[in-house]
Amino acid sequence: MASAPSKHYTDDISLLVVTLDTNPFFWSTFSFHFSDFLSQVLAFLNSILLLGQLNQVVVIATGCNSCSYIYDSSSNRNHASTNGTMPALYSNLLHNLDEFAAKDHQFTTDHKPPTVPSSLLSGALSMALCYIQRAFRAGPMHPQPRILCLHGSTDGPEQYVAIMNAIFSAQHSSVPVDSCYIGSNNSAFLQQASYITGGIYYRPPQLEGLFQYLSTVFATDLHSREYLRLPKSLGVDFRASCFCHKQTIDMGYVCSVCLSIFCEHHDKCSTCSSVFGQAQSDVASADSRKRKAS
Amino acid sequence: MNNIAGRPLNGDVEDDDEDEANDDGLEAWERAYTEDRSWESLQEDESGLLRPIDTTAVHHAQYRRRLRALASNAATARIQKGLIRYLYIVVDLSKAASERDFRPSRMAVIAKQVESFIREFFDQNPLSHVGLVTTKDGVANCLTDLGGSPESHIKALMGKLECSGDASLQNALELVHSNLNQIPSYGHREVLILYSALSTCDPGDIMETIQKCKKSKIRCSVIGLAAEMFICKHLCQETGGTYSVALDESHFKELILEHSPPPPAIAEYATANLIKMGFPQRAAEGSVAICTCHEEAKTGGGYTCPRCKVRVCELPTECRICGLTLISSPHLARSYHHLFPIVPFAEISPSSQNDPSHNFTNTCFGCQQSLLSQGNKPELSVSCPKCKQQFCLDCDIYIHESLHNCPGCESFRHSKSVTSSQ
Repeated sequence: MASAPSKHYTDDISLLVVTLDTNPFFWSTFSFHFSDFLSQVLAFLNSILLLGQLNQVVVIATGCNSCSYIYDSSSNRNHASTNGTMPALYSNLLHNLDEFAAKDHQFTTDHKPPTVPSSLLSGALSMALCYIQRAFRAGPMHPQPRILCLHGSTDGPEQYVAIMNAIFSAQHSSVPVDSCYIGSNNSAFLQQASYITGGIYYRPPQLEGLFQYLSTVFATDLHSREYLRLPKSLGVDFRASCFCHKQTIDMGYVCSVCLSIFCEHHDKCSTCSSVFGQAQSDVASADSRKRKAS
Repeated sequence: MNNIAGRPLNGDVEDDDEDEANDDGLEAWERAYTEDRSWESLQEDESGLLRPIDTTAVHHAQYRRRLRALASNAATARIQKGLIRYLYIVVDLSKAASERDFRPSRMAVIAKQVESFIREFFDQNPLSHVGLVTTKDGVANCLTDLGGSPESHIKALMGKLECSGDASLQNALELVHSNLNQIPSYGHREVLILYSALSTCDPGDIMETIQKCKKSKIRCSVIGLAAEMFICKHLCQETGGTYSVALDESHFKELILEHSPPPPAIAEYATANLIKMGFPQRAAEGSVAICTCHEEAKTGGGYTCPRCKVRVCELPTECRICGLTLISSPHLARSYHHLFPIVPFAEISPSSQNDPSHNFTNTCFGCQQSLLSQGNKPELSVSCPKCKQQFCLDCDIYIHESLHNCPGCESFRHSKSVTSSQ
């Protein structure tokens, strides 16, 4: 039944992995409604699939307690919608999103957190990169992968190391990470991600026209991007923040053992407990004391 | 005309007797036909096309053996690693390096692998420095000084690839020793010697030099291309390095890339120190300044040193005017995965997957690939001991070698992961 593969992958076929922010704490306090947002995103995803027959779209929902795949255009588990009123993509995605939201809600603990919890962006990026590696393994003919983060929640500082690991792995595999950030202040993590991996970071000024921003900035495949004038990244802040006060600093002190950053001179590193300025082991100092005594 | 083994080239009955009597008479390529029968591992798929030979199981078994060896060395969860490294690479350019047993010659293979090693080294250790030393005609010369930019080292190496004379191990060690004495005390001193010769031409007592290196806490490792030598083994044992001999080109590549992640730090080898570093901001687009590295006017796209306000073109670097080390926070973040490694995943054998008491899924959590092989039988898979999610073998290799994040632990807020406890 199976014949030799007849797919012809050219430069402009893309595999788009979208991480969709579904953090209920963020959306309940945001001025734009999630349903309006979702309708524009679904139209955009449908247009990606219409641009090329071989284009693939995968959607990963980023919740505040868990992440999960909610749509894969190349899977054979998609079924046509029952009453034919909307495209199959819409019905499948909405169905899975409902299931995901219910499961995510179950994980919420009872006590109210002091600040709005952030979405698990590191988990979604890691899953996206694993999926893209699977696409690379399919052989020499594969679509060009990229990741698009539709994100609104603030950055969670506890995810910094994991997000940086994901960014470096994406850079190593030449996978650009685009970010469409809809929250109020710019997200430093997503700006760094797009800068390091060669993607686009854009914060749409008017969310009612989100579909227009998505389709003009983020819809083109990687090969065609060199012919377009896309938003340039300005002012990516690469300064570090010190571990003691969490303020961004221009100049600081770095522990040579664990690379923690401090803004002022300390005698002892608070992270790895190494004492600065002398040999680390007690054996060496004990030996020198014995030699002095004898 | 006889071949090397002394047998007549036209095969006749004498050959068969010799082969049966003495198996060492078989060349390696002949053994591949009589014993290994490589054609039997070919498979066809449904339409009659040849399927590529399935090496994933072999690859994965090798990978897990390596992981187990590493895990047994690092007995506790966190071993201190020497992150700020000053490494000298000693390349042997003696007559033995022009031998052609490695294709096209040992020198060409060494040059190519050193280039990829330098790039990988700076990728994994952005705060470290590398220097190149060559040894030929009985003397050792410093090709490049300790520096942090990969391009200058690679360019210098590619220009000087003529081989002649004898290699001198002692001269190379003396040169490296005098250079490494000038570096700050928090840096880890390392030497990687790529030795093709089978002898060394030394002016004095090499044992004294080895003791000098040991006292200066220089960690010497050797990769041999010819055969194992006692002096190299002794050197590595005394200084705490590793000695390995390459069997062929791919083995050599594997051995040299093993030196790119930071080795476990021997505690008294480097003092802990607070290093003053600057985190420059990117200059505004359209600003004009004279950059200190090229000494010409440039517009936009550079960095401004926070102490003396001069422009530098790229990071990481040392400011030429005030001497401040300039880096950006992603450079530090590149080394964090050495400090917070993820645990190796546990294997799940296919037979235990039929056990209904455990909750086994049919798809890999990371890439959604089906974990069932043809015929709906479960294949070998792995699971994370912390979050209990299942992954396929390819995701296991990718996660541990490149990603350094477990997708399962990162995707569940209420699971115990290493980084959240920091």
